[in-house]
Amino acid sequence: MSTIVKNIVRFCVLILFQVYVLDKIRLHQMVTPYIYFIFILWLPFKINRTLLMLLSFILGMTLDSFRHHPGFHAAACVLMAYVRPFIINLMIPQEGAETNYEEPSFRSMGGMLPYLIYSGLLILLHNSWLFLLEAWQFADVWYFFLKTLLSTAIGLLLVLITELLFSRNQKFKTNTI
Amino acid sequence: MRNIFLFIRRHFNLLFFLFLQVMSVYFIVDYSKYHHAAFGNISNNITGRVNGRYFEVQKYFYLKKTNDSLLKANEDLYNKLKSDFSIPDTATKLTVDSIRVDSLLQYRKFRYLSATVISNSVTANNNFIVLSRGSASGIKVGMGVVDPNNSVVGIVTEVNPKYSVVMSLLHKDSHISGKLLKGGETGTLNWDGETPNIITLMGIPKSAKIAKGDSIISSGFSTAFPKGMKIGRVEALYKEKSTNYFRVKFRTACNFYNLQYVYVIENADQDGVHDILEKVKTQP
Repeated sequence: MSTIVKNIVRFCVLILFQVYVLDKIRLHQMVTPYIYFIFILWLPFKINRTLLMLLSFILGMTLDSFRHHPGFHAAACVLMAYVRPFIINLMIPQEGAETNYEEPSFRSMGGMLPYLIYSGLLILLHNSWLFLLEAWQFADVWYFFLKTLLSTAIGLLLVLITELLFSRNQKFKTNTI
Repeated sequence: MRNIFLFIRRHFNLLFFLFLQVMSVYFIVDYSKYHHAAFGNISNNITGRVNGRYFEVQKYFYLKKTNDSLLKANEDLYNKLKSDFSIPDTATKLTVDSIRVDSLLQYRKFRYLSATVISNSVTANNNFIVLSRGSASGIKVGMGVVDPNNSVVGIVTEVNPKYSVVMSLLHKDSHISGKLLKGGETGTLNWDGETPNIITLMGIPKSAKIAKGDSIISSGFSTAFPKGMKIGRVEALYKEKSTNYFRVKFRTACNFYNLQYVYVIENADQDGVHDILEKVKTQP
């Protein structure tokens, strides 16, 4: 499957899963389970940064249009997309690893831990920016922190489960063609 | 000039990032303008259609609860029937007088329109409900929405021909006026975004006699709701130190978790009241 088709399918499936499965689960008011941003986590290494931000913006706006108040998730997703290349640069094990594999995964990031740190940091950014925008003030700082941390933990758990369930077998590409 | 272009080229990603962020925040803040735009209409049409499909499946899981609430609503109505009340004097027969003595005609002020809920959320900070009927069935912006047992749900904020969006009480900008059933003091509802089904009533003076378990009803001051619709029951009372008001936390009468059918209330006087209010506002 070509990269474009694969990503379009992912986009639709993730949005529908987020809206009709995860949003219907009411765990607790402190925990909002999110998984749709795994679309951004899984985009190829070599994607143009402008395109990356644009795609994330569209992803966020799509989710927002299901929730009838535009802007919140779009802003959080764009922040994620902007920071993603920096974190990949920090986490990538050796020079040239991003040319050997197509997209971030356990294998291409060189193990489970770097990948989880990569996704954890991005999820934390997404959640804190989202909840900050939603609350629009720092009135209840502890509430905000606790909600962000708990939601990030659940988000990370969901990402881990998704990774283990849908193992993406990526071929090792040599750059000596 | 060349330097400006160079600057833009070098920092294009950062500038693009800032541009998208500003656009998102603009959408958040300027929500009212956005939803009148064509884009809002199109996206509502698409999401409405998807939600409608989903609801077709989901409604079977709620049939029992729906049945129970309809039974309760029916019971309420039966108890109001005139034939249920007997008159102490057995010689008199109950008749309904069809000839009006006075010349003042009775007229209908409120009309109920039934609608099904096709999408609903409680966990977000700003919750909206989508109904399966829109302006084609006579729903207009500003109408009140109640559940089958006459408890307040929210106010219509957006309509298109097929669907309408309701701002539920669980929304930060939802400020409906509520009234204590016993004392009659009125205040404004305010949701803090934390626990669903728990809302705060602000502006009740400390002189009011109020206790846990008291009922809160709609005040009838707005054109959206008739007087006396159930809003909730007081759960906790806090005395605010800096002001002369209570902060009343109450549990909503309507259970937002399993909302399936609602009634939209049309007020025949709505336009008249709005016209006269506009007149007052435009006067210097």
